[in-house]
Amino acid sequence: MQIKKQSKHYDVVIVGSGAGGGMAAYTLAKAGLKVCMLEAGAMYDPQKNITQLKNPWESPRRGASTKFRPFGDFDACYYGWDVEGEPYTKAPGTEWDWWRARMLGGRTNHWGRISLRFGPKDFKRKDIDGLGENWPIGYEDIKPFYDKVDKLIGIFGTNEGLEDHPDGFFLPPPKPRLHELFIQKGAAVSGVKVIPSRLSILTQKINDERGVCFFCGQCNRNCSMAKADFSSTNVLIYPAIETGNVDVIPNAMAREVLTNAEGLATGVSYINKDDMMEYQVTGRTVILAASACESSRLLLNSKSKRHPNGLANSSDVVGRYLHDSTGAALGGVLPQLFDRKRYNEDGVGGMHIYSPWWLDNKKLDFPRGYHIEYWGGMSQPAYGFGGGIEGLNGKFAVRGEQKEAGGYGKSLKEDYRYFYGASVGMAGRGEAIPMYDNRCEIDPNVVDKFGIPVLKFNVKWSDHEILQAKHMKETFDEMMHNMGAIVTWGGDYNKENNYGLESPGKIIHEAGTARMGSDPKTSALNKYNQAHDCKNLFVVDGAAFTSQADKNITWTILALSMRASEYIISEMKKQNL
Amino acid sequence: MLGVGAIAGTALVAGCKPGEEKKEVATGDPEFTYDRAKEEIAREKELLAQDKFFSKEEMATITILADIIIPKDEVSGSASEAKVPGFIEFIVKDMPYHQIPMRGGLRWVDMQCLNRFGKPFRDCSDKQQIELVDMIAYPNKALKEMSQGVAFFNRLRNLVASGFYTSEIGVADIGYAGNAPNQWNGVPDDVLKQYKLAYTEKQLKECVKFDS
Repeated sequence: MQIKKQSKHYDVVIVGSGAGGGMAAYTLAKAGLKVCMLEAGAMYDPQKNITQLKNPWESPRRGASTKFRPFGDFDACYYGWDVEGEPYTKAPGTEWDWWRARMLGGRTNHWGRISLRFGPKDFKRKDIDGLGENWPIGYEDIKPFYDKVDKLIGIFGTNEGLEDHPDGFFLPPPKPRLHELFIQKGAAVSGVKVIPSRLSILTQKINDERGVCFFCGQCNRNCSMAKADFSSTNVLIYPAIETGNVDVIPNAMAREVLTNAEGLATGVSYINKDDMMEYQVTGRTVILAASACESSRLLLNSKSKRHPNGLANSSDVVGRYLHDSTGAALGGVLPQLFDRKRYNEDGVGGMHIYSPWWLDNKKLDFPRGYHIEYWGGMSQPAYGFGGGIEGLNGKFAVRGEQKEAGGYGKSLKEDYRYFYGASVGMAGRGEAIPMYDNRCEIDPNVVDKFGIPVLKFNVKWSDHEILQAKHMKETFDEMMHNMGAIVTWGGDYNKENNYGLESPGKIIHEAGTARMGSDPKTSALNKYNQAHDCKNLFVVDGAAFTSQADKNITWTILALSMRASEYIISEMKKQNL
Repeated sequence: MLGVGAIAGTALVAGCKPGEEKKEVATGDPEFTYDRAKEEIAREKELLAQDKFFSKEEMATITILADIIIPKDEVSGSASEAKVPGFIEFIVKDMPYHQIPMRGGLRWVDMQCLNRFGKPFRDCSDKQQIELVDMIAYPNKALKEMSQGVAFFNRLRNLVASGFYTSEIGVADIGYAGNAPNQWNGVPDDVLKQYKLAYTEKQLKECVKFDS
C-alpha cells in the first residue's frame, strides 16, 4: 500500500463543509487564498440534486425515513444516526446518539434555519451562576461578525431590544399562521414571551445570486429553486468554488492531521472512499470543521512525538465538555381547528414565531434557560398521515356526532378530513452545563472500516438538565391548557423518565469538545479558534464552544468561523502563519 | 433523473396480478424524480429485485380490506384506486418490522373466517366480511379475545391511511393546498374573522406583506 501525495500545496486545508467549513472556505477563497476542502461524504449540488416541491406520491415510501435520510425521504441530508462501516461505542450507562451527515454542506442542507445570536450573558455564564466556564471573548468581540453574517447570508426577525436575544439586521418575518395565533394567546396567559422567529430565510431579495422565499415550507429539502434559505452549499461553497480558489475533494475521510518536527500542522492524510487509497494533502494552515466530535476524534488520533496526547491536547480537554442542547416536547390537537377551512399555510420552512427564554434562573431550581419552538397546522401529507386515528375519533364528536373509536369506511374518511390540520406541538431547546467528565475519547479496541480508531462516548445528564426538562413540560402543559388544546403525546412525564428529556445527542447541537479559553491548561483553543499547542491549526465547528447558550449554535459557528478566517488572513499577511 | 430504473420497478409491485405487471409500468407510475444518493439507489434496487412479499391470496385480502377502510365516496376514490395495496407491498419490504404482524394478522383473519364461515376472508360474502371487520375495527368495544385482530386492523388502517392520503387522490381529498410557490400574506381575513382573531398593529407593521 502506498500513500499518494497531492502535488498541489494549499494555503489552507479545511476538513468538513458544513457551516464552519463553508464559511472558512468562502472567506479565505474570496481573499485569494488557495483552499482545499475535504468532505467525508458525497458531492452534492442543490441545483441538481433536488427534492424540493416534490409530491408525496413521488416517493415509493411516501416520504418516510430511511437510514440514509432519517428525517424523511425528501430531506436534503444524507446519513445521520447510522453510517455504514463507521461505528462508535458508548460507555455502560451512556445514551448518546450521534448524527453524522455525509455530504457536501453537511447538516446545513436540511437544518431548521433557526439563527440565534448569543447574548452578552451567554459568554459569561460562570460569572452569573458559578457553573461551567466563561468564554475568552464577549459579545462585543463577536457582534461585528454576527452583523456581517446577517447581511451576507440573510435572516428574518425583529429587533425587540432584548438584552439576551440581541437585535440584528433582520428582513421582515412572515405573519403567524392560525395555530401560531392560538399559541400566542395561550402563551400570554402563562407569561411566556412570544416573538417572531429568527430564521435564515430570505423574505426579501438581498443580492442577485439568490431569490426570495416562495413559502413552500420545505427548507429541510434545501432551497434548490430560489436559494432562499441558508445552506453552506448554496450560499458559501458554490460561490467559493466560483472564485477558482477552492478544490473540493468529496468522499475523503480524514485520518489524521499531519505535523512536522516542530509540531506544526503540515496537512491532512485521508482515505478516498471511492478507490480506498491513502492520500495526503498539504497546506500552510489546517482548519478542522468536521463537526464537534469528528474534529475532536481527528485531534485525538493525530498523535506524534510533539503531541503525544493527541494534537492540541496538552490540556487533556479535547473530547471533554461534550454537551448537546436539551430537548423535551409535547403536542396534541386544537379542537377549535377541527373541520377547518383549507388554504395554503405552508409558510416558511419552520415556525413563524418562537419563545426566547423569558425567566430569571436565580428564581428557579435549574441554572440555565431554554427557548421554545412551535409547529402545527395543515402540512403536506406523508407516511404516518392519520396514524393512530383510533385514539382521536372516539374522543371528539365529529360534526356533532359521537362515534366509536376506530372504524372504517366513509365515516372514517370523514374523520380524517375533520381532524386534518388541527395538530399543534412545542419543544424546548435548552442550555446544558458542559461537564469535564462528559466526553468522547478514542476507544482503544475498535476501528471503523478504514482502520481509523473510533470514538467512545461517556455522557450523562445532571439534575441541571433534568429539572429544566421538567419545567419545559409543565410550561407546555399549561400553555396547551390555556389554548384549549388536548395533549395527545408527550404528556407522560415523571422523575423516572427524566421528564421526557431527550437522550444527549438527539438534538444534534453537540459542542464543546475542543473548547476555547484563555488558559492553555484548561482549553484547547485560544479566542481566535487557534490551537494553543499548534499555531497553524484552527477548529471552527461546535467543538470550539465554551458553552452553547439556549440558542441554536449555527449562527455563532458562522460568526466565529468568519472571525477566525479573517484572523488567519491577517496573520498570514504578517507572516505569522 | 437518477434511479429511473429503481422506481419503474416500484410500479411492478403496485400490481397484484402478475399478468398486469407490464401494463402497470406502461401506464406511467411516477418515476424517481427526486435526489437519490448512491447508497439509496443501491438499496432500492435491492429492494425491488426481491420477490413479492405477499402471495396473490394475501394481496387479494389486503385489497378488500383496504377498500373497506377507504371506500369510494362522494369526495374521492377508493384505496385500491389510489394503488394503496401496491404501496403496502413496497412498504413491508422497506420496513421489515411490518412483515410478521401483517402476514400473521392476515392469517389470523382467515382463521377467524374459516372457523365462523368455513371460508377464508377473501371468499366470504360482503356481509360476512363486514361482520368480521366489525369485530376488530372498534378497539374500545371489541371483545377481549379479538385483541390480536384489533392490533392488526389498527396497523392496517394506519398503513392504508398513509398510502391513500399521500396519493394524488388522497392529497386532493384531504384538501392540502400547498407545495406550490405562493406569497404568504397571513391567515385569510375570513378565517381570522371566523376565529375572532386579529393580527396586532406591531405584526401588521413589521411582517412581510404582498399586494394580493
